[in-house]
Amino acid sequence: MSETDLASTQPPENPGRRRLLTWTTGVVGAMGAGLAIWPFAASWKPSAKARLVGAPVEVNISNLESGQIMRVVWRGQTIGVMRRSERMINDLPELNEKLADPQSEVESQQPQYAQNVHRSIKPEYLVANIHCTHLGCIPQVLPQVEAQPFDSQWRGGFFCPCHRSRFDLAGRVYSGVPAQLNLVIPEYHFVDDNTLIIGVGPEGAA
Amino acid sequence: MLASGFAFAAGGGDLEHADINVHDKASLQRGASLFVNYCLGCHSMQYLRYNRLVDDLGLSEEQVQQFMLHGDQEVADAMVNSMDPDQAEQWFGIAPPDLSLTARSRGPDWIYSFLKSFYMTQDGWNNTVLENASMPHVLWELQGVQRAVTESHTDAEGVAHSEIVGLELDEAGKLSPEQYEAHIQDLVAFMRYASEPSMLQREKMGIWVLLFLVVFTFLAWLLYQEYWKEIKK
Amino acid sequence: MAKPASNLSKNVQAFGAWVDERLPVSQFWREHLTEYYAPKNFNLWYFFGSLALLVLVNQLVTGIWLTMFYTPQADQAFSSVEYIMRDVEWGWLIRYMHSTGASFFFIVVYLHMFRAMLYGSYRKPRELIWILGVFILLVLMAEAFMGYVLPWGQMSYWGAQVIISLFGAVPFVGDALVEWIRGDYMISNATLNRFFALHVVALPLALLLLVVLHLVALHEVGSNNPDGIDIKKNKDEKGRPLDGIPFHPYYTVKDLFGAGVFLILFAFVLFYAPTFGGLFLEKDNFVPADPLVTPEHIVPVWYFTPYYAMLRAVPDKFFGVVVMGAAIFVLFFLPWLDRSRVRSIRYKGLPSKIMLALFVVGFIRLGMLALAEGTPIQTLESRIWTVYYFAFFALMPFVTMFEKTKPEPERVTK
Repeated sequence: MSETDLASTQPPENPGRRRLLTWTTGVVGAMGAGLAIWPFAASWKPSAKARLVGAPVEVNISNLESGQIMRVVWRGQTIGVMRRSERMINDLPELNEKLADPQSEVESQQPQYAQNVHRSIKPEYLVANIHCTHLGCIPQVLPQVEAQPFDSQWRGGFFCPCHRSRFDLAGRVYSGVPAQLNLVIPEYHFVDDNTLIIGVGPEGAA
Repeated sequence: MLASGFAFAAGGGDLEHADINVHDKASLQRGASLFVNYCLGCHSMQYLRYNRLVDDLGLSEEQVQQFMLHGDQEVADAMVNSMDPDQAEQWFGIAPPDLSLTARSRGPDWIYSFLKSFYMTQDGWNNTVLENASMPHVLWELQGVQRAVTESHTDAEGVAHSEIVGLELDEAGKLSPEQYEAHIQDLVAFMRYASEPSMLQREKMGIWVLLFLVVFTFLAWLLYQEYWKEIKK
Repeated sequence: MAKPASNLSKNVQAFGAWVDERLPVSQFWREHLTEYYAPKNFNLWYFFGSLALLVLVNQLVTGIWLTMFYTPQADQAFSSVEYIMRDVEWGWLIRYMHSTGASFFFIVVYLHMFRAMLYGSYRKPRELIWILGVFILLVLMAEAFMGYVLPWGQMSYWGAQVIISLFGAVPFVGDALVEWIRGDYMISNATLNRFFALHVVALPLALLLLVVLHLVALHEVGSNNPDGIDIKKNKDEKGRPLDGIPFHPYYTVKDLFGAGVFLILFAFVLFYAPTFGGLFLEKDNFVPADPLVTPEHIVPVWYFTPYYAMLRAVPDKFFGVVVMGAAIFVLFFLPWLDRSRVRSIRYKGLPSKIMLALFVVGFIRLGMLALAEGTPIQTLESRIWTVYYFAFFALMPFVTMFEKTKPEPERVTK
């Protein structure tokens, strides 16, 4: 082979070996690059500090009266804790046909232990993330039975001022509104009758 | 008995080597417990949270709660104390510094030598590594009481100087000198860990990264040789 | 296999042609890679250009990521770095990649510059490549200095104090200038904020622009080589240099191998000696900035130490600063100081070889002396090497003009 040919890439003596080496080096290099990306992507996850701020919160409900709602913040989300009256609990099954998901069949919206008529551990207490499942606004709480401009037979519930989505007092979404999903029920459990912890489910529950 | 490898004079030019292993979890646990019992009363460790001890040292949350927390502290809190800095300044002359990063700013050897070099004088505690330190010897019950061995000599101008040439154990402590050394080695290991908790992960994963790079570089070398066969001919 | 594959490749080709009509991608590829002919006799020294590019990319990527977690506020900067080291997932890795990268940047750049001095790569027609390179060094120094201030430890603070005070040596306006740079009556939050802006936005942009110009100038005239001869003198009938080989694939695979070796060294330091015994990350910088206490041993990071030694060697503030500035400034004139008939050290005379060797020894000794205590003997040695540093440049025209050179070969040697 004369020297003059060096100026351009020439056909290799053993093209198979060259192809194999090119591919192995390429694949191993790409693997390395892929692995190197991981730390950069993972660094965007909530930091140890953010996770601690997101630790479970304890709520004292001894002063909560029937029909009242209190708000607590957990992981930057507003969690409503509502003590429902007898009337409110009894109303729940009757609203079923107006709702999009009356049986709470969408599993992502509540833990298994809250997949029931009242969507809670104790029928009396609703613990729900009250950010609207449409675009995250916080709905107004309109617990009374009274005619509303948007519903003349309103039985009490949540009304989102952003895009007029409506939820009943178990956080179930009405059909025909922008939101498609029931309000999210976070993991929680009762330590005793007056104290509950938001962020951790009851022992034994998955 | 003279303390071996003793650090001479102020500034601590010759420090003793602290033979620590931060990957020894039992040692770190003992060190953490010493730190909480003897140091945390006055010194904080503001950049370390208790719950990190659960993850890194293999302690259970209950152990941390039971043996380490004080007052109304929680596992998620940083290792700080309730000492009022102004009051501390009155007691010690200066507020005791935070120890989160001391093992990085001073080095493990310095801390190790410092903790071995306290001695009793008529005016109270002194230290050969950090002369006139305002810190008393909090571990004296363990180590015992050392006193300075001095030598006098007269310099060229005829002025007599007395120089510390060693430290002598005057009153035995609860621990033998060897046990005491082992104890403070644990403590220093813990402080080194606390100054950079990620070093556990760093030193463990480094070898895998290097192995990968060696494989990659070898392949790249083969490829380079393959292409350059025709140039080098 | 045959049919769908050929369809696919036809589509890919068509797409390529579509792009090429609008953007000269394949022309760029040819001009700068497959038909950029580099001399075939590059040796070890020729790895450092591509390695500098690799480190630059590393600094940009890790720097962007650090910016996401760092807080440029005097009262939070130090703890935000500890936040990165402890709380951000993999934050420690990203931070060490950046801090280790800074030191490796200078190692690679200094070696790259030494290569140019060895083989006369600054000589005609490559003067502008060299001058742009010196500008890159200058910007890199500013970038590194301001980056070192950001962690807001003791060395950050007092390093900034000392370096900014150097501007006080400027006649008449010195004090006003210092105050203007600090934006306060001492180093403060205002200083930190402007340094942050310059470090993460302005200087990286300048650096990128200079690197592009450096490469454009290089590809305009072509690479030099260890023999320092012009490979374009001997061309084949198609106009390709006989001693040239296409950059791609030959030098891309070679540089890939070089990058592998470099990364092994880099990873070793990163994972097992990230502070490098206090040279890459100084011990005192693990103490938060304290305007009331100056650390006992205050020295700049290792890559500034040779210049710092020159500053210390001069017993006058104004002239010390002048000498330090001149040490960099003199580099701009190098292309015209070398009057030799030959480019490469291989064919220069013994005096040139000795002078360059002493220059390297002097540069390293100055760096070491800056870290030493400063005994009278050490000060004397610093002065000797400082004088030699400038003598090297001052004597170069005479030495290179009058020394006996060896004849250059017609074609590159192995």
